[in-house]
Amino acid sequence: MSNSEAKPRIGVFVCCCGSNIAGYVDVPAVAKYARTLPNVVLVQENLYTCSEGGINEIKNAIVEQQLNRVVVASCTPRTHEPLFRNSCKEAGLNPYLFEMVNIRDQCSWVHMKEREKGTEKAKDLIRMGVAKAAMLTPLDSVELGVTHSALVIGGGIAGMSAAESLAGMGYPVILVEKQRRLGGLLNQLHKIYPGARDPRALLEEHVDRVTKDARITVITDAEVQSVDGYIGNFNVGVSSDGRTRLYEVGALVVATGATVRQPPDGVYEYDGRRVITQIQLERRLSEGIDPAPRNVVMVQCVGARVRERPYCSRICCQIAIKNALEIRRLFPDTHVSILYRDLQMYGVANEEMLRKAKEAGVRFMYYDVDRPPEVENEHVKISHQLLGKELDLPADLVILSTPLVANEDAPRLSGLLRVPLDANNFFLEGHVKLKPLDFASEGIYLCGSARYPANLAESIAQGLGAASRAATLLSKEHLYTSGITASVNPESCVGCLGCVQTCPFQAISFDPEQGVCKVNPVLCKGCGTCAATCPSQSIQLMGFTPKQLYAQIDQVLADD
Amino acid sequence: MLDAGRHPNIHLLAYSQVEELKGEVGNFTVRVRMKARYVDENKCTGCGTCAEKCPTPVLDAYNRNLAHRRAIYKYFAQGIPSVYTIDTEHCRQFQGKKCGVCAKVCQAEAVDFEQQDRILDLNVGAVIAATGYDLFDASRIPEYGYGKFPNVMAAIEFERLLSAGGPTAGHVVRPSDLQAEEACRSLDKQILKLSRSLDSLEKKYGMSSKDFLDRPADVKPDPQDDLVRWSELYKEHQDLVIARDALKEKVEHSHADKLAFVQCVGSRDFRFNAYCSGWCCMHSIKEAIIAKEHNPETQSYIFGMDIRAVGKGFEEYKIRGGKDSEITYIRGRVAEITETEDHQPVIWYEDTRERKVKHLPVDLVILATACEPSKGTRELAEILGVELDAYGFIKSDPSHPVDTSVPGIFTCGCAQSPIDIPESVAQASSAAARAAEAVLSRKAAA
Repeated sequence: MSNSEAKPRIGVFVCCCGSNIAGYVDVPAVAKYARTLPNVVLVQENLYTCSEGGINEIKNAIVEQQLNRVVVASCTPRTHEPLFRNSCKEAGLNPYLFEMVNIRDQCSWVHMKEREKGTEKAKDLIRMGVAKAAMLTPLDSVELGVTHSALVIGGGIAGMSAAESLAGMGYPVILVEKQRRLGGLLNQLHKIYPGARDPRALLEEHVDRVTKDARITVITDAEVQSVDGYIGNFNVGVSSDGRTRLYEVGALVVATGATVRQPPDGVYEYDGRRVITQIQLERRLSEGIDPAPRNVVMVQCVGARVRERPYCSRICCQIAIKNALEIRRLFPDTHVSILYRDLQMYGVANEEMLRKAKEAGVRFMYYDVDRPPEVENEHVKISHQLLGKELDLPADLVILSTPLVANEDAPRLSGLLRVPLDANNFFLEGHVKLKPLDFASEGIYLCGSARYPANLAESIAQGLGAASRAATLLSKEHLYTSGITASVNPESCVGCLGCVQTCPFQAISFDPEQGVCKVNPVLCKGCGTCAATCPSQSIQLMGFTPKQLYAQIDQVLADD
Repeated sequence: MLDAGRHPNIHLLAYSQVEELKGEVGNFTVRVRMKARYVDENKCTGCGTCAEKCPTPVLDAYNRNLAHRRAIYKYFAQGIPSVYTIDTEHCRQFQGKKCGVCAKVCQAEAVDFEQQDRILDLNVGAVIAATGYDLFDASRIPEYGYGKFPNVMAAIEFERLLSAGGPTAGHVVRPSDLQAEEACRSLDKQILKLSRSLDSLEKKYGMSSKDFLDRPADVKPDPQDDLVRWSELYKEHQDLVIARDALKEKVEHSHADKLAFVQCVGSRDFRFNAYCSGWCCMHSIKEAIIAKEHNPETQSYIFGMDIRAVGKGFEEYKIRGGKDSEITYIRGRVAEITETEDHQPVIWYEDTRERKVKHLPVDLVILATACEPSKGTRELAEILGVELDAYGFIKSDPSHPVDTSVPGIFTCGCAQSPIDIPESVAQASSAAARAAEAVLSRKAAA
């Protein structure tokens, strides 16, 4: 019933917000002023516009006064904009023909001691809001279907946990694993602590569950070749057995893990025989070491927390101490020394394990980053800072604790999925603190060591967490985009790709046939970065177009 | 918080407590007591007029007793739900005195002194215990002087100082200076009172107090007790002015540039908690960096055993902190903290890398106190029937990291063990996944 071609009939609702606004701003004066503004046909004062009474007043006024624009002058859009938009919609008015003016946080609250100035400012703000409202156009949101299934890339413990959880919630899952068998790094472990448990039992339990669950399709010896589409509607090409098959899914989970770094030959005299890595030790412990070593020396932070690789790989201290406890258990006469820079045994379980290791006779020796130990033929030399002495430790087996590094194919996968990597090539999550398992791009989730080195409990927890994140999407029947999205005018766009490069959500693509850029309204979050970048104003953010913004700006000083 | 408060599928019961749990996974009955706020949540708009007019100041626990709030209050400004609550222990009305100002000024008519606790019986398929943590009371370590020395603070108190919305608007002010400022204000009041009395005497005799005391001996005002009283008043006045000016001078020249952060207070300690609290090394580094941003003269010393920066980006942050924010990491546990006459704390420690016992005077000490299971965890565990570990955290197994000993009851975050923000957020999703699975798989089977 209301459209943008008709002359604007603007209704202005000025809120008292109890005394939050009315106590500091002369609301009747502001309302009186609003009546003088162009295109304004109705002005009402409310005690609380967000109350049921206030909302009804808006809805009634839209119908009775044939309003085709609504301006509410009250608090911040962050609180009630969705409520007011919905109210307009319920009364039959396009929800985007609504403008909110903040005369509380940005006016009454900050000018509490300046009633006159605050009142004048409120008038200015409303004048600006009314001017913009007159320029608003109706906007639509798009309704999308959702494919209610997921694809998990990586069949290690994190990936399997994610797949099991999703299947348990009722969603079909495709589990794609690069290797011939599931299990990832768990396959190479000798024992898991605490409790000196056999990882094979845990592994079998999970492999059993994923292979037997009718909802989970396991594809091993397989690789993701292509990813098209977007949230709720992905098309993934997976190659295995010489052919590529396409799978339609709604959500993707990245659980590709990480790789144990093998030091280059010679570093710390690494030779894979007498000087080995922790993962190689796990294998030897499983196969049985005979004869028993007499003196084992472990060196922490080999190739980690150094200039070339500044990060801490977080789990290597736990691994070293676990293996040290194993060696002491299997060979009670063997001496084990761990040379460390910081003992990263964070939390409850790890600290307990550290204590047990000390009680079991494992020796811990501190070394400074500037004076690393030297591995020699039968000895390891350490500059023991806490004793102030150079020590010569006999060592017939030297274990180097190396970090987990990002998989070599991480860049390839990141390109396919169009998700970012961090400086160390680990996948970069949406928000380091608050969105650890999401990407900024929607519909794709992350867990396990693909994100950052994680131990068993953390990998399982994150796998479950990623499943939960994916399920939040998959549980919806439809997705609705916001009406506030960017749009390209193909007539003036020259295809400079500035917007494509600045979009944080990968929502803009280039159409080579037409030579112009195109916005995917599903992915667009309405941030406006593209509109600010475009040199020809070809891409504009609906609801914040240059025309609308200039109308506001022109009104800032209009009354002076 | 806002998302949780507004989500159509989340029914938020704040100020509430679980009292009983019966049943099993898929079909629990949970009895919840919703405590009376004496404010109707449905009417209150969070406008704040009630607190503005409330006459009763109360020490503000949110600001760690460094500031005051009112008897009707919101725990903190951004709290969800955005409603006020009456603290009946301090409210005049509830303590039998006459008031009711909040009810009078509330335009939404939301104040209800007759409100009762409500009991709700919920039928749910799964339960998640995410009851978080409380902090170790550092006064249990008397050799650190917490509670005795004003300039020895707990990290959570320091966070309030650093906060722009906190009691000092983000300025790092030493508590001894805050106390001195408070004393100055009190002296100012007394001086004002005395000035008024002196004023009336000066008017009566037509001369200033100073002139009166300097007068030659033969000029006598009358009568005798005026004379004595006047000179006593004046002397008192002068003494107070001198004391106040001295305090003011001290505060002006006081600074909180040299900060000492003491790690493992109550953690990795066989006397209290043997475990590592996981996140304290990082928050000390963060606080040192923020303090430096605020005051470029800041120098920080972090005394620790291992500086555990294990999260994503944390090691780089720690190194950057050292370089750009003048943080010196000292490997040595603090043995004792003493203080000088001027409330200057002195740290006594062994620098293990130099193998020397040293001491360091600083301006402010911040104690990184341990993470302990939140108060009431033991009682809750009994109600839920879940096992606790040896330290009182809710027990779980590494291969089922968010499951408790009771099927259908899950846990996450620091209730389970000390973990940082990204891990807590991830675990929250994990617990949600397990709970959803528990409910949905039963739905399908039913």
